[in-house]
Amino acid sequence: MDEIAPEYDVVVLGTGLTECILSGVLSVKGKKVLHMDRNDHYGGEAASVNLETLFRKYNNFTAGTEPWKKYGRANDWNIDLVPKLLMSNGELTNILVSTDVTRYIEFKQVAGSYVQVGSGARATVAKVPSDAGEALRSPLMGIFEKRRARNFLSWVAAFDEANPSTHNGMNLSQTSMKLVYDKFGLEATTRDFIGHSMALYPTDAYLDKRGMAKDCVERIRLYVNSMARYGKSPYIYPLYGLGELPQGFARLSAIYGGTYMLNTTVDEIHYDPSGKVSGISATMKERSETGPGMTFTTKCPKIIADPSYFPDRCQVVGHMLKAICILNHPIDFTNNSDSVQLIIPQSQVGRHHDIYIACVSSAHNVCPKGYYIAIVSTIAETSANHHLELAPGLERLGRVEEKFMGPPIPLYAPKGDGRADNVFISKSYDAESHFETTTDDVRDLYMRAEGEALRVEGLKEGQTIVAEE
Amino acid sequence: MAARSQQGRPGARFAQFKLVLLGESAVGKSSLVLRFVKDQFDDYRESTIGAAFLTQTIALDEQTTVKFEIWDTAGQERYKSLAPMYYRNANCAVVVYDITQASSLDKAKSWVKELQRQANENIIIALAGNKADLVAEQPDKRAVQTADAQAYARESNLLFFETSAKTAENVKELFTEIAKKLPIEQASQRGMRGAAGRPGGVDLGNRQEAGGAAGGPGGCNC
Repeated sequence: MDEIAPEYDVVVLGTGLTECILSGVLSVKGKKVLHMDRNDHYGGEAASVNLETLFRKYNNFTAGTEPWKKYGRANDWNIDLVPKLLMSNGELTNILVSTDVTRYIEFKQVAGSYVQVGSGARATVAKVPSDAGEALRSPLMGIFEKRRARNFLSWVAAFDEANPSTHNGMNLSQTSMKLVYDKFGLEATTRDFIGHSMALYPTDAYLDKRGMAKDCVERIRLYVNSMARYGKSPYIYPLYGLGELPQGFARLSAIYGGTYMLNTTVDEIHYDPSGKVSGISATMKERSETGPGMTFTTKCPKIIADPSYFPDRCQVVGHMLKAICILNHPIDFTNNSDSVQLIIPQSQVGRHHDIYIACVSSAHNVCPKGYYIAIVSTIAETSANHHLELAPGLERLGRVEEKFMGPPIPLYAPKGDGRADNVFISKSYDAESHFETTTDDVRDLYMRAEGEALRVEGLKEGQTIVAEE
Repeated sequence: MAARSQQGRPGARFAQFKLVLLGESAVGKSSLVLRFVKDQFDDYRESTIGAAFLTQTIALDEQTTVKFEIWDTAGQERYKSLAPMYYRNANCAVVVYDITQASSLDKAKSWVKELQRQANENIIIALAGNKADLVAEQPDKRAVQTADAQAYARESNLLFFETSAKTAENVKELFTEIAKKLPIEQASQRGMRGAAGRPGGVDLGNRQEAGGAAGGPGGCNC
């Protein structure tokens, strides 16, 4: 086995999406990167796993039985652990295109974006109206409200920061979104689906904050522009599951000289007298391997890591509830879509956090034909009876073949910014329905670790790929 | 990404296939591809850097063209850290060993097993014993007998060649034999299978174009 280099510019621990994007970008920029993971697979919490692995992970079966066998080949399943979709005009799409990682991954549209208003027997599930025309046809609103919503959406579409005549007399950087809704006279339900299924806020915390209106309008515009790009929904999804994303960026990193080691556990982090990180000792050993494995020490002036490598430097900022469900039918009232995002805004079901349902299927090569994988998720608001918190979402699914639901998942964030010791820690994947906050974390980490803003534009220009023909 | 094809003039067949390279570090995987794609050889070539994949086209006959999209391991094989993505939809593989290093054939055998576990069932696998030039110069350098490797290849149903990236010996032949074994007819009939060709598939590469065409509600609503 080759020797590990005596020194790297950066050591990255964990192969989640955040870590792999950073590893890829740093390698392309010429940094010498050593990237390790204690697991035998890429992706960490952002991996997609096969059905047998999922049963084992949740210990969801009687010892001696093999319940996954009735669902075809376990390897035909690629089940996400993180319920998220990409916005087709979002920042992750921008990074994928800018780095050419799109060469390795094929994407497909998610077929529909839906929202529920009302609850229980009186719930209505309908397509999220994405422009003024759709607002007029939407069953979510009465005849007069439709016109108000149309006026609002037309205003959002035309809004141009640089052109005060489009501002409708409001200063979005000063005002709150509540006042904007007031100005257009929108009803509570309309505010709910706009704020939660278009601006994709997971709570109502945005409503009363002064100056938040600008952020909200930008989020709605991102939704609308993403929608307009391919037509069916604002979301896209990679064939074979989200686990392809970290693998794609890991390959980018490797192509630019990044060194990859799975099955590698950290033995010790070394610090210099000033308290800054100076190196790392680790051991690579496959599970099946007997003997001590390969132990090595290398120098590095900085470390980027996911929270699981530095639990004592992280704090729990919330708990996510998640149920992964296998269905053999599409979700009702979604026009038989092979994939959907369905959002149940919090106030519709008496909660403080939205319930999300992300559903994909064999159309995305994540399961055999005839099956659907739906993940219901939200942020825990109670300390017990978590299945009751998810119930409004589970009700939407109808008959469920298998349900995987563990204890609440703690969400971690680093306590410090890492500048004191040059150990830069990422956040857990949050409960938001898309990757926009993940890419915010990538940018934030890059700024902390490299002391400059991340620019991905033009990164592929340095790539030496032989032109076709 | 996998087999892609299109019909040009009547009777012409064109198909594209994904080919992956496997083998221990320093057996000459990249050198073989460099010889095949660019007809070059570099004695002091360092570990692979900077190529997502290379492509090369072979004309099997006047009517039939096969295009290889060749994926290099990018060094991820060094610590057994190749991602499943690498094997995904691979139509063919070249597993390389060094005929002057006996242990590299054992490694090659374990890569063949890995392919059988991870890749498509009908993947075409070729075994290439590289660095034939070293043995031509100094026969006592040979550590793997041709007959032994050949017997292994036969029982495992692999194509087999001893090659030299340095002298180009058997390099073109290796890729041509693989091309002949590939299901060109099927791939030709399947038609375009790229992302944008699938129902609901999207081509993110054409971002500018797509964004411009879909300016609609977001861009201009006048």
